[in-house]
Amino acid sequence: MDAFIHISSSLFLLIGSFLCLSGGIGILRFPDFYTRMHAVGVTETLATAMILIGLILYNPDFLVDVKLVIILLMTLFISPTAGHALANAAMLNDKMQKDDNKQNSEVKSSTS
Amino acid sequence: MRHTILLSLYLAAFWLANSGHYSALMLSLGVISIALVVFIAHRMDVIDHEAQPLHLTLKLPAYFAWLIKEIFVSNLLVVKHIWLGNKSISPVFMTITASQKTELGKVIYANSISLTPGTVTVNIEGDKFLVHALLTQSIKDLESGDMDRRVTQLEN
Repeated sequence: MDAFIHISSSLFLLIGSFLCLSGGIGILRFPDFYTRMHAVGVTETLATAMILIGLILYNPDFLVDVKLVIILLMTLFISPTAGHALANAAMLNDKMQKDDNKQNSEVKSSTS
Repeated sequence: MRHTILLSLYLAAFWLANSGHYSALMLSLGVISIALVVFIAHRMDVIDHEAQPLHLTLKLPAYFAWLIKEIFVSNLLVVKHIWLGNKSISPVFMTITASQKTELGKVIYANSISLTPGTVTVNIEGDKFLVHALLTQSIKDLESGDMDRRVTQLEN
């Protein structure tokens, strides 16, 4: 029984690490800001969940398990909010840059 | 009143789960801190049905189970496309319409969209969500309205 728990916990940790690695590679590989955000999404949802489940299986102490579950829930509640704030800021920034470019070209065309 | 009692119970459970020390001094300090937090929350006027959606309690587990399955599936899809490389993705911006009536329902829907990798809610105006998706297929799945329908059911 002990060996079974150890093996399954290592398996979860291994899968979690692989997903983290995939997320990191996605950040490096994908072309622009928004697509890179999707790669981070893998790290902050399933990879976190897998690593925390692995740790919960590994740890026999009930109070520590409760804390790990709380960390998992917090991550799942906070990460979409933070992701939305980031994406929203990026969109507003894009808009502002477009407006700036427009103004600049208008200035240029009026002076020439 | 019901919400105040429930908040105190939640906080007590949270405190007990985090502390692990059950001597009289520690417990009384816990009671004092819970009372303080409830008092401050009461002064801030944030103890209401929006901060503690009691009416959702019974329906939430089924929705969470479905959402976890959805997160799992879309994670595998995104990981697959990370390894396949840039040629396999088709990033797209699209506006979708949400059918939820309450603010809380819209928040749940927008957060569920952001929580599944491959789709992110970028902006919300009224009931129009601007969504960025890694794949055109995932935005089609959203437009088919399965998630939208489930959140609306949850809300009623």
